[in-house]
Amino acid sequence: MAVMESSTKVVLGGTRGGPGVATLRKDRWWLQPVVTMSVLTAFVIYSTWAAFQNRNYFVGANVHRDLVSPFYSPCLTTHCVAGSTVGFVFGLGSLSPALLILIFPLGFRLTCYYYRRSYYRAFWWSPPSCAVADAHVAYSGETRFPLIMQNLHRYFFFAGLIFNSLLTYDAVRAFQQPGLGWGVTVGTVVLCVDAALLWAYSLSCHACRHLCGGNLKNFSEHPLRYRFWKLLTPLNAKHMNLAWTSLIFVALTDVYVRLVASGALTDYKIF
Amino acid sequence: MTDVTMRIWRGDASGGDFESYTVSQNEGEVVLDVIHRIQATEAPDLACRWNCKAGKCGSCSAEINGKPRLMCMTRMDQLPEGEVTVTPMKTFPIIRDLVTDVSFNYVQAQKVPALLPPPMPEGGYRMFQEDVERGQEFRKCIECFLCQDVCHVIRDHEDNKANYSGPRFFIRYAELEMHPLDQNDRRHLVREEMGLGYCNITKCCTEVCPEHIHITDNAIIPLKERVVDAAYDPIAWLGRTIRRKKNRSAADAAVQPAP
Repeated sequence: MAVMESSTKVVLGGTRGGPGVATLRKDRWWLQPVVTMSVLTAFVIYSTWAAFQNRNYFVGANVHRDLVSPFYSPCLTTHCVAGSTVGFVFGLGSLSPALLILIFPLGFRLTCYYYRRSYYRAFWWSPPSCAVADAHVAYSGETRFPLIMQNLHRYFFFAGLIFNSLLTYDAVRAFQQPGLGWGVTVGTVVLCVDAALLWAYSLSCHACRHLCGGNLKNFSEHPLRYRFWKLLTPLNAKHMNLAWTSLIFVALTDVYVRLVASGALTDYKIF
Repeated sequence: MTDVTMRIWRGDASGGDFESYTVSQNEGEVVLDVIHRIQATEAPDLACRWNCKAGKCGSCSAEINGKPRLMCMTRMDQLPEGEVTVTPMKTFPIIRDLVTDVSFNYVQAQKVPALLPPPMPEGGYRMFQEDVERGQEFRKCIECFLCQDVCHVIRDHEDNKANYSGPRFFIRYAELEMHPLDQNDRRHLVREEMGLGYCNITKCCTEVCPEHIHITDNAIIPLKERVVDAAYDPIAWLGRTIRRKKNRSAADAAVQPAP
């Protein structure tokens, strides 16, 4: 029965107590992974569909608006709708510009510490919930390829900041109503909220918290970075909420712009 | 006073099974109270480890209705109606009934290289409040080992125990790495020998911690990010190369000679 062979070596294979069942939990532990799986699957299906549409992503001067979908910003291909480009383009033939852009936000979310928790539970069942048996016989975690690539999260975070800046520019541009001057419409508010949520999600990121001050050994010698770290810490505690709200809102923003661009919805002017 | 049926795992390394006991339960009692009543009335040979009955000694860890919890901090009236299942911690070998052999944790504790401060300056060491506060959270740990028990890396994969310290010791490594007086560098050690990469951030350790330590957000993820600095970040590597600064190897960190 003794587990220890010596005082510094773990000996494996002791007999465990309890029945050999996957779990004895009586609560609805399956609910959270089911909800996570449903929402993430719905988002992936919608974003894939939206990315391949390659139309209705820009509301331009013909309706006195300047709204672009976050899935298509910055529009970088030679086939972008007039007014939606940022000046430089790639020759991607007739491919949707969204396919070029979505790689980066997708990489940021895929390597995000919160989403990792969620999809490891919901899709990989490793484990599906706490104290519920892992669905895999062997387990190497994030020590091997491809999961070792999760360690590149901070680079996707940097890319995310560039996209946030571009979406902020889009939000500012949405105050402009070509032919009418400046004003605020429902679309302006939608784009502003979308950009704000994406900034909040990015700044609450664990990699951001680390780079701003978490990597220090000595706070007292770096008061400015300590202040940043202290500012980001409560935001970091809301990372889960911001991950979900920003994800859902970015899809809703695309839906809104798509509906207005297709003429199915009027973008009402607030003032 | 009401009656409650407790389904308790009875057995040892040679085998075991559930046994049911129906005993009275008073208002405000915790699971440990009822276990003690079973010992006093129906099963005097029921083995259970306990000490303070105040959630501070970390002795009475078990699994109540399948969830790793302290028996002394789980109120009976907060459990769902019906019989209550109590089993020993699944991750560790059973000794008898609800008592497990947690010495895996003591082996891991021995592997943690201790604080390595610089030579004492005149007037003694000085630390500022913000640096003291940072590690305070980690020192709340009562070593109940519920985080170790719930961690699927070793709960469901026995062979990983040879290469994995577990969340309890990752908070110890994090505390030392964040200590302003410490001069060791354990980043390669936690990556190569303590199995930090096995952790996939499912946060179960944080969920079960009776001291509400943010194990994942404040210890494991910061530790993972420090490992990225040391082992995976090409820009950080370039910076170190230009400044001719070397990280300490796992072996150097483990034996910790003075830097």
